[in-house]
Amino acid sequence: MNAHTDIVAQRATDLAPRTRRLSLGTPSRAGLLLGPGLLLLYWSVLSATGFLDPRILPAPWTALTTAVDLIHQGRLQENLTVSAGRAAAGLAFGAVAGVAMALVSGLSQLGSYVIDGLVQIKRGIPILALIPFMVLWFGIGETMKVTVIATSVFFPIYIQTHSALSAIDLRHVELAETLRLTRWQFVRHIVLPGALPGFLTGLRFGATGAWLALVVVEQLNATSGIGYMVTLARNYAQTDVMLVGLVVYALLGFGSDAVVRLIERRALAWRRTLGQ
Amino acid sequence: MSPAVSVRGLVRFFTLKGVLNGVDLDIAPGEFVALLGRSGSGKSTLLRALIGIDHEASGGGEVHVPQRTSVIFQDARLLPWMRVLDNVVLGLRGADVRERGRQALAETGLGGREHAWPHELSGGEQQRVALARALVRQPQLLLADEPFGALDALTRVRMHALLRRLSDVHDPAILLVTHDVDEAILLADRIVMLDRGRLGLDMPIALPAAAPTRQDYVGSVRETLLRQLDASPA
Repeated sequence: MNAHTDIVAQRATDLAPRTRRLSLGTPSRAGLLLGPGLLLLYWSVLSATGFLDPRILPAPWTALTTAVDLIHQGRLQENLTVSAGRAAAGLAFGAVAGVAMALVSGLSQLGSYVIDGLVQIKRGIPILALIPFMVLWFGIGETMKVTVIATSVFFPIYIQTHSALSAIDLRHVELAETLRLTRWQFVRHIVLPGALPGFLTGLRFGATGAWLALVVVEQLNATSGIGYMVTLARNYAQTDVMLVGLVVYALLGFGSDAVVRLIERRALAWRRTLGQ
Repeated sequence: MSPAVSVRGLVRFFTLKGVLNGVDLDIAPGEFVALLGRSGSGKSTLLRALIGIDHEASGGGEVHVPQRTSVIFQDARLLPWMRVLDNVVLGLRGADVRERGRQALAETGLGGREHAWPHELSGGEQQRVALARALVRQPQLLLADEPFGALDALTRVRMHALLRRLSDVHDPAILLVTHDVDEAILLADRIVMLDRGRLGLDMPIALPAAAPTRQDYVGSVRETLLRQLDASPA
């Protein structure tokens, strides 16, 4: 009896010690704020102690008060509306064109010969290198700005959507044939949902590309927009206004990425992946 | 009565290698035929020719299949982005298709799972969805390509009973491709065997109802079939 209890106790203690854990464990959502938080702290300390010349980089609180001032004057929201409008227009045109071209090139042999070959050649040329030509063709007005943004959105969306399209499972195509689906039913129920993950990846790259192109075109003879505000501030050495512009860009980029990721989670609820 | 399926002189080859060298096959309406053969004997090629999805193959011959033909593949082949009911009624039109889809799911024992995602179901359940998707189209011919090959033994036994029951109710002609001799004896009215690109053995099956004689019968048929399979070269 006693011996038996001993054995049970022995086994329990044997089982209790676990192996050294080498995996990382469950991450905390707030954990990602640690890095930016530390940087902000470092920056504040340097500014407060006077090590950092405000002409080089203003203090965090200066940026905050400048932002409040700009909002009071109405300059920030005015320029932001203009910039967001340009980005949205470019994103919309680029996305529609990217998806349309990917469908044409993915669903017809001739389309793929014509379009895909051109796109592969164009991939070698950076968008920004096209700006001189864009200015020549479209002038220096809004048309040129939106066209540059749309072009920079078009390529990632086309490439990602097209590659997802070409990766559609042949077995699903066979299924569509045996179920006698019409061309349109095939596109709607198999091609589009199959290409959706690729499209959303392309949209994330595209949104980032749209902000990047926006920064560049708004420094090119603009009279409104965040980029214009920053360029103007640079001329008058208003580092605090320049800093506010930078923060706004960061928030816009981060925000748009978060929106696309939210759409991704909703639209791809049927998927089970490692990251979820 | 004219046959549900009629195949005459079917020839299929890939890169000059003959796979089907003149297959003749008739299946009567409501008849359950099992197609046996070693791997590489051309079972799947024949089935794909009947389905009409062998776009890449060359060859000739006559194939007649009914207008309403349903297919069950070895994998359930459900679209992962559609809920179960949408998978079942995919491509169907009409006001009552969802109701018919619900009934088909109930028949295969999946009533209540209409709104599940395919990945939430087990392998056997997914194959039952595929069966419901085939039956909701009220097929005159059901073509099945090793539909139970990927399932575990216990699930397979249940699926056999389900298929037998549903084929009695709906009474389509069935061509079941399998490499499982026992499955063929248990389910089919007739067993045909593919050998060197032609149909060799063609054997009607009449399973006795009483268990002891049934055992003997299965044993003797199995022996005949296995001998035939062994006789064909690898």
